[in-house]
Amino acid sequence: MATAHAHDEHDHSHDHHHGPDKGIMRWIKTTNHKDLGTLYLCFSFTMFFIGGLMSLVIRAELFQPGLQFVDPEFFNSMTTLHALVMIFGGVMPGFVGLANWMVPMMIGAGDLALPRVNNWGFWILPFAFALLLSTLFMEGGAPAGGWTMYPPLVLQTGNAFPLLIFAIHLMGISSITGAINVVVTILNMRTPGMTLLKMPLFVWTWLITAYLLIATMPVLAGAVTMLLTDKYFDTSFFTASGGGDPVMFQHIFWFFGHPEVYILILPAFGIVSTIIPTFARKQLFGYDSMVYATASIGFLSFIVWAHHMFTVGMPLAGELFFMFSTMLIAVPTGVKVFNWVATMWKGSMTFETPMLFALAFVFLFTVGGFSGLMLAITPVDFQYHDTYFVVAHFHYVLVPGAVFSILAAVYYWVPKWTGVMYSEFWGKVHFWLSAIFINVTFFPQHFLGLAGMQRRVPDYNVMFSDFNMLSTVGAFVFMAAQFIFIGNMLYCMFGKRGQVPNRVWEGAQGLEWTVPSPAPYHTFEDPPFLTDSETTVHWDEADETLTGVRR
Amino acid sequence: MFKSGLAARAAAGVTAALISGAAWAEEARSQYNLPVGATEISREVYWLHNFVLIIMCVIAVLVFGAMFYSIIAHRRSKHPKPADFHESTTVEIIWTIIPFFVLIGLAIPAAGTLIRMEDTRDAELTVKVTGFQWGWKYEYVGHDYEFVSMLAADSNKARQLDSGIDPRSVPNYLWEVTNPLVLPVGQKVRFLITAQDVIHAWWVFDLAVKKDAIPGYINEAWTKIDAPGTFRGVCAELCGRDHGFMPIVVKALPETEFKTWLAQKKGVDVASLGKAPPVAEATPVATTTSTAPAPTEAVAAAVEVAAATPVAAAPAKALTKDELMASGKKVYGTQCAACHQLTGLGMPPNFPSLVGSKIATGPAAAHIAHTLKGKGLMPPFASLSDLDIAGALSYQRNSWGNKASVVQPSEVAAARK
Repeated sequence: MATAHAHDEHDHSHDHHHGPDKGIMRWIKTTNHKDLGTLYLCFSFTMFFIGGLMSLVIRAELFQPGLQFVDPEFFNSMTTLHALVMIFGGVMPGFVGLANWMVPMMIGAGDLALPRVNNWGFWILPFAFALLLSTLFMEGGAPAGGWTMYPPLVLQTGNAFPLLIFAIHLMGISSITGAINVVVTILNMRTPGMTLLKMPLFVWTWLITAYLLIATMPVLAGAVTMLLTDKYFDTSFFTASGGGDPVMFQHIFWFFGHPEVYILILPAFGIVSTIIPTFARKQLFGYDSMVYATASIGFLSFIVWAHHMFTVGMPLAGELFFMFSTMLIAVPTGVKVFNWVATMWKGSMTFETPMLFALAFVFLFTVGGFSGLMLAITPVDFQYHDTYFVVAHFHYVLVPGAVFSILAAVYYWVPKWTGVMYSEFWGKVHFWLSAIFINVTFFPQHFLGLAGMQRRVPDYNVMFSDFNMLSTVGAFVFMAAQFIFIGNMLYCMFGKRGQVPNRVWEGAQGLEWTVPSPAPYHTFEDPPFLTDSETTVHWDEADETLTGVRR
Repeated sequence: MFKSGLAARAAAGVTAALISGAAWAEEARSQYNLPVGATEISREVYWLHNFVLIIMCVIAVLVFGAMFYSIIAHRRSKHPKPADFHESTTVEIIWTIIPFFVLIGLAIPAAGTLIRMEDTRDAELTVKVTGFQWGWKYEYVGHDYEFVSMLAADSNKARQLDSGIDPRSVPNYLWEVTNPLVLPVGQKVRFLITAQDVIHAWWVFDLAVKKDAIPGYINEAWTKIDAPGTFRGVCAELCGRDHGFMPIVVKALPETEFKTWLAQKKGVDVASLGKAPPVAEATPVATTTSTAPAPTEAVAAAVEVAAATPVAAAPAKALTKDELMASGKKVYGTQCAACHQLTGLGMPPNFPSLVGSKIATGPAAAHIAHTLKGKGLMPPFASLSDLDIAGALSYQRNSWGNKASVVQPSEVAAARK
C-alpha cells in the first residue's frame, strides 16, 4: 500500500497527464475509453473473421447438392456458432467499441463514467468466447440446436451444453456493464450546454440501445438458466412431460430476441445519421423526428416478439395483434429513411468511402426492411417462415445493415483515432467488392426461400442448385474483400502520423473534431462549453472552430 | 455470362410466375416465387404475397428513385452550394401518415386470409401428424389406421457424406418418402399436429400449410385440395442432425379412390393380424420379400389402388438367417440408419452405438421390447411389421462383429401380446 501510494505521488509530481503503460499490461490494465474502444474493435473484427470462416464452411457445403465436406451435425454446429459469434462477438462488441471511442468525445466527457467496469466488461468477452469456441473440440460436438436454443432440441446438446449457457451468461454480463456505463455517462457527463436534444444522433441511438440491453439481457440470462436447470436439476420449465411448456421458452427468448434485433441496428442508424450530413454538407433533416422515431422503434420492439413464432399455433387474436404491431414498425423506420434521403436532397455530396458505405446501408437496409414488412403479414409468413427468404431478410439488415455501418464508422473516424488517413483508393475497392458480392451472396436466397428451400439444412433438392452455387461464390469473394479492409486498417495503425487536420472531413460537425488527430490519450479533461442554441453542435465556418469555446 | 444468364432467367421466372399463375403441377414449380398451390387458401396466400411484393416494389422505386436522383443531381460537382433547410413539420407529418394508410391497405386483406386459414371447423377427415427425429407418423383419426413416413431409400443413400451418388440422378432428391400421406380431394381435412421428441414443423408448400409440431401441444391446421396430384414438403423447424432429411409427400386422390384405398389398407392389416388390434402397415418398402417390388415401385403401388400389392403377411414358418439378414439390411437402412448410422456406430451421446452394445448383443426379448416401445429419444417402432422388426434386429445382432441369436417374426408377434 505504502509503496503504491508513494509511486502514485511520484507519478503525479512528474506528469499529471501520464500516458499509457508500456507493453501488454497497458491493454490488460487499461481503463481508458480509447484503449478499450480499440480492444473492443479488434476483438470484434477477430470474431467477424472467425464467424466468417464458419459461414464459409456453411457455404462450401451448400455449393452443390449432396454432402461433400461435413456431417449434418457439424453443419448445424456451424450455423449455431456462426450466429452466436457474429451477433454477440462481432456486431455487439463492434458497436460497444465505437461507443467507447466516440460517446465521451461526442459529449465532451473525459472518459466513460465507470472506467474500471469498462475494463471488466471487455475482458469478460475473450473468456466467454473461449468457452463457447472450445466446445468445437468436445465430445458430442459444439451446440447444434440453433442460436435460438429452442428446447427440447437444445437439451440434446452433449458436454458443450453448460459451456454454451455460461458463455451466454458472460456475454450478457459484459453487455449489461457496457450498457450501464453508456447510460450513466450520457446522462451525467454531457458538457454544460449540451441538452438531450442537442446530443449527436449516435449518442441518442446508443442511449436507447443501452436501455434495450439493460431491459432484455437479464431476460435471456433467465431463459438460459432455466434451460440449465431443466437439463441438470430435474426442473421442467420447458419439458412437456414434466408439465412444462416448450413454447414458453420461445416467448421468453424472443422477448429478448426482438429488442436484440434493434440493439444490432439502432447504433447503425446513429452512425448513418452522422455520416450522411457530413458528406452532403448539410444538416441532418428532421433531427427531432429522428430521435422520436428511434424511441418509437425502441418501444415497439418490446411488443412484437411473437412475429418470430407465428407458426407455433397462437390464438387468432394473438396472431392479429402481433401482425399489426409489427407492421407499425414500418412507420418510424420509414421516417428515418425519408429523413436520410431528405438530408441528401439539395446537398453537395461527395462520395468518400464512409459515405459510400452509408449510402449502401440506406439502400440495402431498406431492401431488408421491405422483406421484413412482407414477413410481418402473418398468412404469407406461414410460407416464408424458416425458409431462406428469412435468411436473406435478416442478412440484408445485418450485413449491409449493421456491418456496413460499422465499416462506415471505422473509415469515418479512423483518421481521428490514429492520425493516419486510410487509402481512399483501397477503401473504394473494398466498398465496391463488398457491396456487389454481398448482393450476389444474399439476393438469390430470396428466390431460394420463396421456391421452398428451408433454413438450417446442409443439403437440398437439385432445383436449388444454381442459386446456392451463386450464393457461395458471392460469400467467398465478399470474405476475400475484407482483407483489403484489414490491410487498410493496419496501414492506419502503423503508418506515419500527424498528417491529418483536427477536422478530418470538411462537412463534419461535433466535438470530436475539435481535438487533434490522433486524439490524445486524454481528451476533454476540462469540459468544452457550448453557447450554441441550434439543435445540434454546429460548426462555425468563420473561425473553423465549434460554436462553443473552451471555458 | 453466368450471372447475366441467371438474372435473365430470374426476371423471366418472376414475370412468368406473376402473369400465368395457373398451373400448380410439380413440373411447373417456380424457382423464383411462391407456388400458386393447390388450394383456395394457397392461391389467396400467393395473391397476397404478390400484392405486398408489388406495393413494396412501387415504394422502392419512389424512395430509391429520389435517393439516386439526389445522388446524381446533388453531387458536389453539379451542386456546389448545399441548401440549408433541415426540417419541415408538414412534410414529416405527411410521410408519417401516408405509410399508415398503406399499412391499413395491406392489413385488411391479410387479416381476412388469416381468419380463414385459422378456421378449422367442419372438417370431414382428421389426420393426426406426429413428428419425430426424423420422420412423420400419420394417423387417420377414427379409422384405426396409421403409418410412418421417412426419407425414401434412394435419397437416403445418395445423401450420405461422400456417397458418390449424384443427387441429380435421384428422382425428387430429398423430396421422396417411404409412404406418402394419402388424402381425398375436395374434402376439408383437419390436421392435428404434434411431436414426440423435439419441435418439428409440418410444411407442404402447395397447400400453404406450415405448423409447428411441438411435444405436449396439439396444433390444428386444415386444407382442402382442389384436384388430384402429388404435393411435397419438408420439416421447417430445426430438429437435429437430420432436419433436412424428413420430407413430406401428400398424394391427393379422388374421394372414392381414397375410400377404397383406406379400406384396403385397413383390410389388409386386419387380415394379416387376425384378431389383434389393427396395427399400422408401416412400410411397404420394408415388408417386401425378395419377390416384392423395389422400394419406389412399392411407394407408387401403395397409392395406386387398382394395383394394390398383396402385402406379405408375417410368415408362420421360421426364416433362415440369410433371409432375415437380407431383408433386415434393407429395413435397417430405411428405419434405423438415420440415427444409428449404416456403420452401426450411432452418434453418441444421443444415438448410441449398436456395435457390441448390451441391447443388440443381449437377450432377444429385451431387444424386441426396446424396439416396440422405444426409449428416450428413440421412437417406438411397433408400427413396423413383425417381419421387418425381426429382420432389422437379426441384422443388428449379426453385423459389425456382433454375434447373437437371430430374431424370428413369431418372437416379435409373441412380444406384441
